[in-house]
Amino acid sequence: MLPIIFVLPILQLVILSNAATFEVKNIKFGYIDNDHTSTSRALVEKFNASTYFDVLTDFPSEAFASSEMLKGKVDVVLEIPHYFERDLQKEKYNNLGVTINAIDGAAAGVENVYVNQIVQNFNQHLKVDLLQVSDKQIQPIYIETIPLFWYNETLNYKTFMVPGILVLLVTMITLFLSGMNIVREKEIGTLEQINVTPIKKSQFIIGKLFPFWVVGMALLTIGLILAKLIFDVPMLGSLVLLYAYTSIYILVILGMGLFISNFTDTQQQAMFIAWFFVVIFILMSGLFTPIESMPKWAQIVTEFNPIKYFVEVIRMVMLKGSGFMDILPLGLKTLAYAIVMNGLAVWSYKKTN
Amino acid sequence: MSITVSNISKSYKNVKALQNISFEVKPGELFGLIGPDGAGKTTLFRVLTTLLVANEGSATVAGFDVVEEYKNIRNSVGYMPGKFSLYQDLTVEENLNFFATIFGTTIEENYDLIKDIYVQIEPFKDRRAGKLSGGMKQKLALCCALIHKPKVLFLDEPTTGVDPVSRKEFWEMLKRLQQKDITILVSTPYMDEAALCDRIALIQDGKILEIDTPKAIVKHYPKQIYNVRATNMYQLIYSLKKYEHNHSVYPFGEVVHYTDSRTDFNPKDLKLYLESNDLNNVEIEKTVATIEDTFMELAK
Repeated sequence: MLPIIFVLPILQLVILSNAATFEVKNIKFGYIDNDHTSTSRALVEKFNASTYFDVLTDFPSEAFASSEMLKGKVDVVLEIPHYFERDLQKEKYNNLGVTINAIDGAAAGVENVYVNQIVQNFNQHLKVDLLQVSDKQIQPIYIETIPLFWYNETLNYKTFMVPGILVLLVTMITLFLSGMNIVREKEIGTLEQINVTPIKKSQFIIGKLFPFWVVGMALLTIGLILAKLIFDVPMLGSLVLLYAYTSIYILVILGMGLFISNFTDTQQQAMFIAWFFVVIFILMSGLFTPIESMPKWAQIVTEFNPIKYFVEVIRMVMLKGSGFMDILPLGLKTLAYAIVMNGLAVWSYKKTN
Repeated sequence: MSITVSNISKSYKNVKALQNISFEVKPGELFGLIGPDGAGKTTLFRVLTTLLVANEGSATVAGFDVVEEYKNIRNSVGYMPGKFSLYQDLTVEENLNFFATIFGTTIEENYDLIKDIYVQIEPFKDRRAGKLSGGMKQKLALCCALIHKPKVLFLDEPTTGVDPVSRKEFWEMLKRLQQKDITILVSTPYMDEAALCDRIALIQDGKILEIDTPKAIVKHYPKQIYNVRATNMYQLIYSLKKYEHNHSVYPFGEVVHYTDSRTDFNPKDLKLYLESNDLNNVEIEKTVATIEDTFMELAK
């Protein structure tokens, strides 16, 4: 059991951190060039030069392009209209048709941004080329924004995801183990024997939960080492602070596991309920999708999600170098949660039935 | 009194597990609860060991009320559930140590109490409890139940699923424990074990049928029982049940226990009747009632 507890989460960390990225790469790109001029070719060349697009083919017609998209052979189709170059020079204005496969809405959004960036870039160069000497005076002042990405300068997804996934692993393992544990004693019948002994509720519960607390802390340690060694995730803040927070956080999860344990009779039931909560917690934790973009009611629900707090804290401490005062509000909420959860767990654990 | 039970009733949803049960167990007594599966024996044990709260009635164990003073009871009773419920992944010695520690004692402190039993499993003390044989498991469970020198010992079907030799040994152990001033309440579905108890209560469908010493219970049997034997068992039972004067017909090992409803019964009539029903080698002889006969009669 012990190797399973430690090896599987490590594998998950390594695999998930490499796979769970929102970067959209290798976009299958096709185009319909109705113009066949140097300008249209230059535009296509821009896409070709981008590392995000795999330029596939020049489709002969729109009908053919849409049938290819239906087959899933192409994700983005750019249609360059007839007389693209001529109209551009005459009217200084033209339209391009872009069709994007939006089955995966998130990816489609990202693809749209990429296409726009390339077209805009192309547009600027074009402006310079098309400008005539007489126009120079009326050229508008061009405003450019140069973003600086603080705390994750290169927008490295792994830096962002690894701490989050680490949270996930610590949570899942401790919740499942503690949820399963007392139910298992119920199933085997040892709980009945324990219940007729003078052992106190609190003694029994601490005895049951303490090992999992240690397991959780050990998992965090291993995860942090791997994050540093494999992914080179920075650790700007204080490790002590992170451990202090985690030690409170695991109490919340253990209390929750125990609570589940008390209301179920078999390991199967406990597993089901634990999964139910874990899935909701993960998807609403801000780990994969930002909480700010959730509807109002969902944002309120996330207030009761311990994973949300931990994800926030671990990212703050590791990537931003937040100090004690910065995470204090989150820490206090977690502490309150831990007290309530464990209170409920001890209260609902009955030696008599 | 070591155990007093007065008017205890307990029901689960629509099953009445115990109905108005009352009895008393004297200190140092070996008291047997005899009844078939589902009679309510385990429920009664769970009430007395404070694992279950009865709907009605009251009970005391070792002088403590099962509801008010349950904490004191847990310190002074030993309970061995019907299902083996020690930690299977701990060794024999670890299990014993564990339970000794929970009760705030050590193995050495009460070693004299468990010595007779423990020496039998000591060769396997480093073996995991889950890997022990059925009889060994029972002995270990008994040791764990005794480790804190309880005043009252509850044994729920301790010999179910145990081989006859181990069963016999187990009862000898109980007899020895009794001499060390431990009150023992034991339940069993085996009628032959009932005779080894000081007093027994026959229980069925949550009701007590009769409480007395095994000898007295047998004496209460109202009729003369006859052993009837013939070559064809099935035909014999069939014919006896068809016989108009039969009172009861029960197979009992290789014979049939038969009682007649008439007071002036003559076995020769029955023999003639059976022979006229094509049965050979018919033998009929008087026999004494056993607890099983009494139980069957009372449960009728």
